[in-house]
Amino acid sequence: MDMYANNTVAGKIGERAMAEKSNAVKMRGENVNVFYGEKQALFDVNLDILENQVTAMIGPSGCGKSTFLRCLNRMNDTIDVCRVTGKITLDDENIYDPGVDVVELRARVGMVFQKPNPFPKSIRENIAYGPRIHGLTRSKTDLEEIVVTSLQKAGLFEEVKDRLDAPGTGLSGGQQQRLCIARAIAVQPSVILMDEPCSALDPIATAKVEELIDELRENYTIAIVTHSMQQAARVSQRTAMFHLGNLVEIDQTDKIFTNPEDKRTQDYITGRYG
Amino acid sequence: MTDMTTASPAAVARNAGSLLEHGDRTRNRHASERRFRILGLIAVGFGILALVGLLTSILVNGVSSFRQTYVTLDVQLDEAKLDKTGNRNTEELRKVTTFVYAPLIEKALAQFIEERGIAVEGLTKKDVSGIISKEAPASLRSVVLADPSKIGGTVSFDVLTDGRIDGYYKGRVTMASAELDRNVSPAQLKLADALKDAGALNTRFNWDFLTAPDASDTRPEAAGLGVAILGSAYMMLIVLALSLPIGVAASIYLEEFAPSNRITDTIEVNIANLAAVPSIVFGILGLAVFINYAGLPQSAPVVGGLVLMLMTLPTIIIATRAALKAVPPSIREAALGIGASKMQTIFHHVLPLAAPGILTGTIIGLAQALGETAPLLLIGMVAFVREYPSAPPEGFFDPASALPVQVYNWTQRGDPAFVERASGAIIVLLIFLVIMNGLAILLRRRFERRW
Repeated sequence: MDMYANNTVAGKIGERAMAEKSNAVKMRGENVNVFYGEKQALFDVNLDILENQVTAMIGPSGCGKSTFLRCLNRMNDTIDVCRVTGKITLDDENIYDPGVDVVELRARVGMVFQKPNPFPKSIRENIAYGPRIHGLTRSKTDLEEIVVTSLQKAGLFEEVKDRLDAPGTGLSGGQQQRLCIARAIAVQPSVILMDEPCSALDPIATAKVEELIDELRENYTIAIVTHSMQQAARVSQRTAMFHLGNLVEIDQTDKIFTNPEDKRTQDYITGRYG
Repeated sequence: MTDMTTASPAAVARNAGSLLEHGDRTRNRHASERRFRILGLIAVGFGILALVGLLTSILVNGVSSFRQTYVTLDVQLDEAKLDKTGNRNTEELRKVTTFVYAPLIEKALAQFIEERGIAVEGLTKKDVSGIISKEAPASLRSVVLADPSKIGGTVSFDVLTDGRIDGYYKGRVTMASAELDRNVSPAQLKLADALKDAGALNTRFNWDFLTAPDASDTRPEAAGLGVAILGSAYMMLIVLALSLPIGVAASIYLEEFAPSNRITDTIEVNIANLAAVPSIVFGILGLAVFINYAGLPQSAPVVGGLVLMLMTLPTIIIATRAALKAVPPSIREAALGIGASKMQTIFHHVLPLAAPGILTGTIIGLAQALGETAPLLLIGMVAFVREYPSAPPEGFFDPASALPVQVYNWTQRGDPAFVERASGAIIVLLIFLVIMNGLAILLRRRFERRW
C-alpha cells in the first residue's frame, strides 16, 4: 500500500501538475462551522475551490467532507436541525446571504450524488426537466438540442441515442450516473459538486466517469468527495484532507500524495487508518 | 463421546457426531416449529370457514331477491274511468288515484281466470285479487302517466304478485305454512300454480330491486335499492371530492413543510387517534354541527357525505403520509440538486410517485365510508324515502337513503320477505366493496414502481 501510494499514484500526478496554470477562486469557504443540532460537524473550515479545476475532498468516514460539499449548494438546508455559520462565497457573493434564493444557487452549483438517482421517467425527460423549470429554452427544438448536447458532453449520447424515450432507470449503473451528470450539465451550472459519484459503480464505469470528470474540467469547476485515494490522485488538481470536522490541509494533489505536511494526512493516504 | 468437563465443552459437543443424528435441542426446535405451523393453519382455516359461512348464508338468503314473480295480464285501460274529460290532460290524469287503477287489474285477472276456466272455488273476489301486489296499481298508473295515449286501449302488463306468492316460488312459503298464515291461503297458492300452468305467471330477473325506491312494510315485493344506491353514490362523490384534496394537502404540508415541533407532534398523534374514534361519535358531531348549527337538511346526502368525509380523512392522511414517506429521498435530492423548488420537487416528482399509494388509501377509505351505518342513523338517513333525489348538486340536499342503512332498515321489518331483501342489499353492497378493493389492488399492481 505504501509503495503504491508513493510511486504509482505520485508518478501520474507529476505529469498533470506540469500542465497546471494558476486559476481564479470560484468558491471560498471562510470559517465555516456546521452544527447538526447540538453536535458540531465542521470546525472553522477555510477552503478555496479554484476555477476549472477538480478539487477532491478526502478523509475517513464522518470527517465532514460530504457535509462541507453539501454546504456549497445549500443542500443542508433541507435538514431541519442543520445550522451553518461563517461565509461561503460563489464569485465573491455570500451564498448564505438572506437575499440569496437557493433555487438560483442550485442552478449554478449543480450536484451529482453517491447513488445514481435518475428520475423514473424517460432519458429525455430526465435531462429536459432542469432546463424547463429554469426557463432556459422557449422552443422544443432548443430543448432537444440541450438534451443532445448534454448527453454528448456526458459521453452518453452514442449509447442511448436510439432510446431517448426509454426510462432512465433502465440504464446500467454507470450509464445512470453519467445520465445524472448530463442532467446536472443541462442546467448550465458553473460548479458541479460530486458526492462519491463512483462508489456504487464497477471499475469500468468508474474509469468512464473519471475520464468524463477530467473533460468537464475545461468548462466547469468541480468539487468531488471520494473515498478512493487513487481516484483523488487521478482526477483532481487540488486535494483537501478532512479529519474529525477539521480541514487538515489543502494543497496541490501531487504534494498531498507525495509530501503531506500533516502526519494525519500521511497516515490516511498510506492506509494506516480510515 | 466427549468429556463435558473439559474446556469449552459446548463447542466440542456441537462439532462432534453425525449431522444426520438429531440431538434433543434439534428435535425440540423441530417440534415447536411444527406446532406453530399447525396453529397457523388452524387460524387460517378458521378464518376461511367463517368467511365461507358468512358468504353462503348471505347468498342463500339474498340471491332470490334478484328474481321476482309477475303475472302477465292484458289490462284494459278504460277511458271512462281514467280520463273522464277525454282530453288526456296530464294535470287531470294525475288526479286519478291508484284506487281507480286497482279495479282495472282485478278485472283483468278475473277475466283471465274466466277465459281459461281456472277453478277458484272457495276463494272470494278479494282472495283472488289478493295474489296481486298492492303496489301493482301504482306501477300501472305510472305506466299510464308516462304515456297517456295508451288510455282506451289494452296493454299487456306485468303485474307484481304479492310477496307471499313470490315467496311460494322461492321456497319461503309452503302449503303448510300458508295454512297458518292469515295473509295467504293454500287455495291462493293453488290459484297461483294454475296461473303458472296457464303461462301467465312467471319468475324473472328483477331490475326493480336495483332501481325501485323502498316500499312500505306491507309491500316487500316492491321494495328496491334505487334511492339507497343513489344516496350512497352522492355521498361517495362528496366524500371523494372533499377528503381527497383536503387529506392530500394536509399530508403534504405535514410531511414536507411543517417544522417538527410540539404542535405538529400533537397534530400527528391526534390524527392517528381520530382514525380510531368510533364512527357514531362522528354522527353526533354531524348532527350537532351540520344539522343543528349549520341548518343543513336532515337525511340529506350532503350531511352524510360531510360526516363520512370527516371519518375518511384520517385514513387518507395516514395512507398519504406513508406513501410520501416511501418515496426515496434520492428522488427529492435529485430534483433539489438541479434547482427545483420545494413545490416543484413535490408536485413534479414526489406526488406522482406517491399517487398509487394515495389512491389505494383513498379507495380503502371510501370503501369504509360506503359500509358505514352508525353515523348515518344519527343524521336521519334512516328515514323512509320513496322520492328519488334529483340530479346533483340540488340532489345533495334532497332526502335519500344509503345502502347499509337500507340493510339495517329492512332487517327491522316484520315480513320475512324483507330478510331476503336485506340479504340482497348486502350482496349489492359487497359487490361494490369488492369492486372498489379490486380497483385499489389493481392500481397498486399497475403503478408500483421500483427505484
